[in-house]
Amino acid sequence: MSAVFDSLSRFYASSIGKKILVALTGLMLLGFVLGHMIGNLLIFVGKDAINEYGHMLQTMLHGGGVWIARIGLLGAVVVHVVATIQLTQANRAARKDAYGMHKAQVSGKASHTMIWSGLTILAFIIYHLLHFTVRKNNDYDTYKTVLHGETVHDVYRMVIAGFSWAPASIFYIIAMVLLSSHLSHGFSSLFQTLGVATDKTEPLFKKLGYAFAGLILVGNCSIVLAVWLGYVR
Amino acid sequence: MSQLNLHLKVWRQNAGQPGHFQDIEAPEIPDHASFLEMMDIINERLIAKGQEPVAFDHDCREGICGMCSMQINGVPHGPEKATTTCQLHMRKFRTGDTIWVEPFRAKAFPVIKDLVVNRGAFDRIQQAGGFVTVRTGAPQDANALPIGKEVADAAMDAAACIGCGACVAACKNASAMLFVSAKAGQLNLLPQGQPEKDRRTLGMVRQMDKEGFGNCTNQYECEAACPKEISVRWITKLNRDYAVAAVKDAFGNTRKEAGGGD
Amino acid sequence: MSLNSNIPSGPMAMKWSKHKQDSKLINPKNKRKFTILVVGSGLAGSSAAATLSELGYKVKCFCFQDSPRRAHSIAAQGGINAAKNYQNDGDSVHRLFYDTVKGGDFRARESNVHRLAEVSVSIIDQCVAQGVPFAREYGGMMANRSFGGAQVSRTFYARGQTGQQLLLGAYSALNKEIAAGGVQMFPRTEMLDVVTVDGHAKGIVTRDLVTGKIESHAGDAVLLCTGGYGNVFYLSTNAMGCNVTATWRAHRKGALFANPCYTQIHPTCIPVSGEYQSKLTLMSESLRNDGRIWVPKNAADVGKPAAQIPEADRDYFLERKYPSFGNLAPRDISSRAAKEACDAGLGVGPGGRGVYLDFAEAIGQFGQKTIAERYGNLFAMYEKITGENGYKQPMRIYPAVHYTMGGLWVDYNLMSNLPGLHVLGEANFSDHGANRLGASALMQGLADGYFVIPTTIANYLVHQKPGSVTTEHPEFKKAVEVCTAQTKQFLNNKGKRSVDSFHRELGLLVWDKCGMARDKAGLTEALKRIPEMREEFKTNVVVPGSGNACNPELEKAGRVADFMEFGELLCLDALNREESCGGHFRTEHQYPDGEAKRDDENFSYAAAWEYTGDFSKPTLNKEPLIFEEVHLAVRSYK
Repeated sequence: MSAVFDSLSRFYASSIGKKILVALTGLMLLGFVLGHMIGNLLIFVGKDAINEYGHMLQTMLHGGGVWIARIGLLGAVVVHVVATIQLTQANRAARKDAYGMHKAQVSGKASHTMIWSGLTILAFIIYHLLHFTVRKNNDYDTYKTVLHGETVHDVYRMVIAGFSWAPASIFYIIAMVLLSSHLSHGFSSLFQTLGVATDKTEPLFKKLGYAFAGLILVGNCSIVLAVWLGYVR
Repeated sequence: MSQLNLHLKVWRQNAGQPGHFQDIEAPEIPDHASFLEMMDIINERLIAKGQEPVAFDHDCREGICGMCSMQINGVPHGPEKATTTCQLHMRKFRTGDTIWVEPFRAKAFPVIKDLVVNRGAFDRIQQAGGFVTVRTGAPQDANALPIGKEVADAAMDAAACIGCGACVAACKNASAMLFVSAKAGQLNLLPQGQPEKDRRTLGMVRQMDKEGFGNCTNQYECEAACPKEISVRWITKLNRDYAVAAVKDAFGNTRKEAGGGD
Repeated sequence: MSLNSNIPSGPMAMKWSKHKQDSKLINPKNKRKFTILVVGSGLAGSSAAATLSELGYKVKCFCFQDSPRRAHSIAAQGGINAAKNYQNDGDSVHRLFYDTVKGGDFRARESNVHRLAEVSVSIIDQCVAQGVPFAREYGGMMANRSFGGAQVSRTFYARGQTGQQLLLGAYSALNKEIAAGGVQMFPRTEMLDVVTVDGHAKGIVTRDLVTGKIESHAGDAVLLCTGGYGNVFYLSTNAMGCNVTATWRAHRKGALFANPCYTQIHPTCIPVSGEYQSKLTLMSESLRNDGRIWVPKNAADVGKPAAQIPEADRDYFLERKYPSFGNLAPRDISSRAAKEACDAGLGVGPGGRGVYLDFAEAIGQFGQKTIAERYGNLFAMYEKITGENGYKQPMRIYPAVHYTMGGLWVDYNLMSNLPGLHVLGEANFSDHGANRLGASALMQGLADGYFVIPTTIANYLVHQKPGSVTTEHPEFKKAVEVCTAQTKQFLNNKGKRSVDSFHRELGLLVWDKCGMARDKAGLTEALKRIPEMREEFKTNVVVPGSGNACNPELEKAGRVADFMEFGELLCLDALNREESCGGHFRTEHQYPDGEAKRDDENFSYAAAWEYTGDFSKPTLNKEPLIFEEVHLAVRSYK
């Protein structure tokens, strides 16, 4: 056991080891972001659809499923964030004296702002969880509706109420813009870090990354816009 | 041939002391001169004025020894693609231009003087596994080990690295991944390098980290700056080789070192 | 002084085997008690340091560059010869031996050349095992090409950077030994002197180029692997740092300097474009396979763009003079022909020192695509340097100094006349005679380092008590003081002229009087001018900066001071050798058609010069060259 632990801690201590963990957790979070968006888009199918989806998540595996997912995601976020902060610190330390002039030739803005987009998204996640999951300082817990004869949480109403407050929606949209920026670099980047990119697949991964980032941005913001424009009410 | 009048901002520093930019006027520079010949000219003028010339590393002046460095206008080896500073010529500049000339900056490349930096970290990384353990006189016939042309050519692509450090200088994180991956990759790809592949990969990466280089954030500035156009696909390969080596290291059988004796 | 070359007896093909059998062995336990100082880390130095360490010796290796990988061996482009006969085209050890002796214009020591040809095959095996990515065929076998006019394909290559790949192989072996603790590496460290104790080389004085510290190192033997002296000409294809200091200082301590006048000129270099020029860039000779070399027939056409000169007004002088070899005539012959054309006022480009290398016909015949596939990188390099497109207008080329065959005299064991001082690679004189064949320099460097010295050094060491001399010995103190004093003298000199200005002046003179063609009058003039220049250098050079830090001007000053002394010996040797052979062409000695005229009766010897304290009056020692195997013949490339 300790031999394994030693090796793993050496792996984590190494630059590439940390990056591989960032990529793997990034991959998990990518999956979550996509699933979360698809679930939320059920709001356009109708009130019952999204409420049924919410109820399903709550009751899966007798209520255990959601906790397994939460613990898994929490772990992924913690590893993703802690490792990237450590990597960023190391990166800053690797060049103490700044250049008088330094030109980036090929890299985009998104790749230079990963730590800031990432930390903003982290702040947003905390707010988002307090807002919709812990439901602090609001009465969303009291939103109930009847579905197939059972009293369930009214997700539909909660979403409308949540996004009807402008500051929340604006923060949400800012976070989504930064998330899509983060994804536009992170998506293709993770294939490089995991050692599976090739000359032929790299352009594809890049395009898929932009498409994915765009999809998440459009998909998630469409809900806010729909609430604002009164399309969903 | 025409002549250029240039304004230089050149980094001056003595080891262990803070540095600064010196403004140097460089009138009447022939546009056929190489960048280093331009530096020679301004040094001659500084000497004539009783000042100390600018120290910079250079040797072969034909783009292969990897000794010349210099960050020129924010880019390692200057604006021309796939070109070392010694092969960069002044016709790439316009009269009136301001040119920033700085050393390659990285914690792992401490400044020795002016534009001269210590790149000994690269040697130490190589010593940590960048070789095939073979004694002189031991090998089999060269043709007893067939290597397909594609593999040989790919290994040659990696082997083209001249170890100049432009990749480190270009990277916002001062990461040495392109260099290390090219060096490890050449041997990890060839059949001769297989027996020591995992050991080499783990050893070189460990030394790279120890030297204080930053981490790769997949921005590929290194590839864009590389005078030999080494591909970032070697970094992909190093990531993969490292993952495999680390998994084997963590979960594989413990090796017993073979003992000697009669 | 009597020179004992220690050539083993017996038939030529058996000499090396016999010598290996007869060579002494040192007990493995004792080997680690011996310290060997290796100066230089090019092909010869790196391979020797690594191999000696593998054998168990303690090795200290020194190089002035920031890493051993940067030594100038790295710049060799073409390839490395080996008598593998993989192509089944009739090659053999004997043929490589014969070609090398003949190529050297019968001025090399036969036994050394034969050994070189013998070990050439092992070099390739060794390099492949290290992971050197040689060119391969689709089936996985080694690819070969014919190079430098050889009639067999025996050249192994790695794209256009064979030198870098072989050096990186040797460097990786060196790294392996550094990691194992057998080699201690001293980068950015320049050797300033050899320390002799009771006539034996027992140490060196070095200057740390970062801190400026001058110190000494003691060893049981010293290996100089410090390359050639081509930079005496200032402009050459050598790296800026290449210098004669190590071998010259050894010479001043008693080592004989042999055949300095054998300097090789490479015909296909990019011409000088202005007085700021710091070095000349070589383009692969392979360009001559498809390019046609010409100058205008009439001096009136010289300034015109090439396209405006009609075919009838062009002189394809190599094709005209050497119908069977044409543009592929050997290096020295092609170079001289270009010089003659320029001397006649027909040279093209800035300064009139250039001839056209024209691909128009080849492009017409094969298409630009094919030509680009063959030489694309060279055309790109040419454009980078000159700003001209070689596809659209003819390239301009001119010969430049490329390699020096002369060097310190060594015996069959690669030991100089100073016991303990061994000299390897380009720094010695032994294998190439008066002219080196293409793809043979890499071969010699690695042969000496990997395979010769590891065997022969024991013949010296076996008679030595390991560690018998330390840096406490008064000779070390004395040598350090001399070097420190020289440094101080440079820095305190209140002169007006920069080191480079002197170097440039010396180079121009030596190139002019002792370059591609030499004559008595010119050499005599140079011999008068050089001491004057040396005197002015002493009093009028200015070296800014401090001695206790990185100071490139100070480094250059020491090297140029040595070139100023060495240049005189170069001209003396050229004046003494009243014949033309290989890279040494005396205009007084030529056949009516302009071919070099050798004088085997009077000059079939290696001229080994001994320092007497007066640079103008060295003593000439002669090692007669005895040809047992090869029949002396006139080189003819008609």
